[in-house]
Amino acid sequence: MKATRSELAPYLLSAPAVLLFAVMLATPLAATALLSLHSFGMYKGIQDVYRLDNYRDIFSDSYFYEIFGRTFRLALIVTGLAIVIGAPEAHILNRMRKPWRGIFLLVVLGPLLISVVSRTLGWALLFGSTGLVNQGLQSLGLIAAPLQFMYSETGMVIALTHVLAPFMVISVWASLQRLDPQIENAAVSLGAPGATVLRRIVLPQVMPGVLSGSIIVFALAASAFATPAIIGGRRLKVVSTLVYDEFLNTLNWPLGAALAVLLVLANVAIIVGCNRLVERRYAEVFQ
Amino acid sequence: MSRNGPLALLFHALFIAFSVAPIAIVCAVAFTPEGYLSLPTRGLSLRWFRAIADNPDFVDAFWTSLWLGALSATLAIAVSVPSALALARYRFVGREALAAILQSPLMIPQVVFGIAFLRFFTETGLGGTFAGLVLGHVVIVMPFALRLVLTAATGLEREIEHAAISLGASAWRTFRRVTLPMILPGLASGWVLAFITSFDEVTMTVFIASPRTTTLPVRLFLYIQDNIDPLVAAVSAALIGLTVAAMVVLDRLYGLERLLVGEGRR
Repeated sequence: MKATRSELAPYLLSAPAVLLFAVMLATPLAATALLSLHSFGMYKGIQDVYRLDNYRDIFSDSYFYEIFGRTFRLALIVTGLAIVIGAPEAHILNRMRKPWRGIFLLVVLGPLLISVVSRTLGWALLFGSTGLVNQGLQSLGLIAAPLQFMYSETGMVIALTHVLAPFMVISVWASLQRLDPQIENAAVSLGAPGATVLRRIVLPQVMPGVLSGSIIVFALAASAFATPAIIGGRRLKVVSTLVYDEFLNTLNWPLGAALAVLLVLANVAIIVGCNRLVERRYAEVFQ
Repeated sequence: MSRNGPLALLFHALFIAFSVAPIAIVCAVAFTPEGYLSLPTRGLSLRWFRAIADNPDFVDAFWTSLWLGALSATLAIAVSVPSALALARYRFVGREALAAILQSPLMIPQVVFGIAFLRFFTETGLGGTFAGLVLGHVVIVMPFALRLVLTAATGLEREIEHAAISLGASAWRTFRRVTLPMILPGLASGWVLAFITSFDEVTMTVFIASPRTTTLPVRLFLYIQDNIDPLVAAVSAALIGLTVAAMVVLDRLYGLERLLVGEGRR
């Protein structure tokens, strides 16, 4: 009796969570996948048929290629920028001394907890109404005429990089904490200059951190919604804002569901693919 | 450990300026005395903060967000605690699968949750209700609540519990008087993180909130899509102030570095 009870215990304990996820996660997601197979008519509404018509429509229309292309292009550029600014910043933070290190880590990571809408509003104010970015660039003599940041991909990239770069800092910071400072010291004592230590000792060891940070940033950038919607406006769409339009404006739910399914599949394929690459290439680092 | 050179410090200053600039400008514009968007060049004014109080839409949305955050964080913690205990103390068939499933909401884009719940709630009669909103938010904040409760439960010393049981305490009494107090810090931090996540959530909520159950970030988002004025800056500044206050609490309670980065230190 006692043995069966302790064998059952973990299942009983996790039952509420499993029940919640079965009803609230598995069911709605499965229903969405099925919804993407239904058809939609302007006057007939949603038809309970099971066909791949929506997917065929998406793959045969250049409009959708353009939007998927923009989404993944933005995600790729944002990921690249997050690496270029986030990884060095994590390294610099790590080399700071006691009080500053903690303070600046808070300043860098704190924005993660501030609403994305508020942060994006900040960029809209800097780009548009107050025009501070253009004034600054002009007074520095970098540009002659004001640049258009609002409703442009450049603006979307800048705002998204700001929103997501802290994730790169977190990821690289975490891998820097696992670094053994003695290896660095050994290289220095053997006469290696600072740049060589960085390139030959530090960089190879934080590469897994950079890559796992990239996966997070890419996935979040590809599915970002509020920032592209506010900065990009109604004209410059990405996949998630297009899904929003299909669901709440055009009311073609099956097509919107098909777009969402493709977004998830593309995202998962890229994440899993990169994870494999990281694990194979850097297997020795994880041991 | 080597020091940062002047170039590194310049890079650092630029990075900090980049991360603070949009937040600072929102707070600055919120204090403008003018009736239009501008930096407060001739004195500071609280007129736009007073204007929030006269705008019932934002005030109602704030209370909805507050209740939604509190309820969904509490429910998520309530569901997380038994699962975390199961994951932390037992080795059972399907343990890895359970851990993966409970973290899976992090892998799914919020937009997808939005449309999935919109359809699901419409079919089940929960469309536009507060109950639906709470259920949706519980799923989204679960991974955050679970992670911190799990960390607390994993580090638990079992000896004290064994002592309580050997002294004749029932399983429930042991949980309530011994286990619960010991995991309370992790539980409280998990609650705050879950609350903040729910309070800030906009992408999924924009799909399932009805005009009567609109949350503050959704109200802000919809307002900004139409026009940007000092009023939204003031609402955002107030929101930023609240978040910073919550962050300070969280830092004291658990340590913000440990919360966001995890236990990476050797």
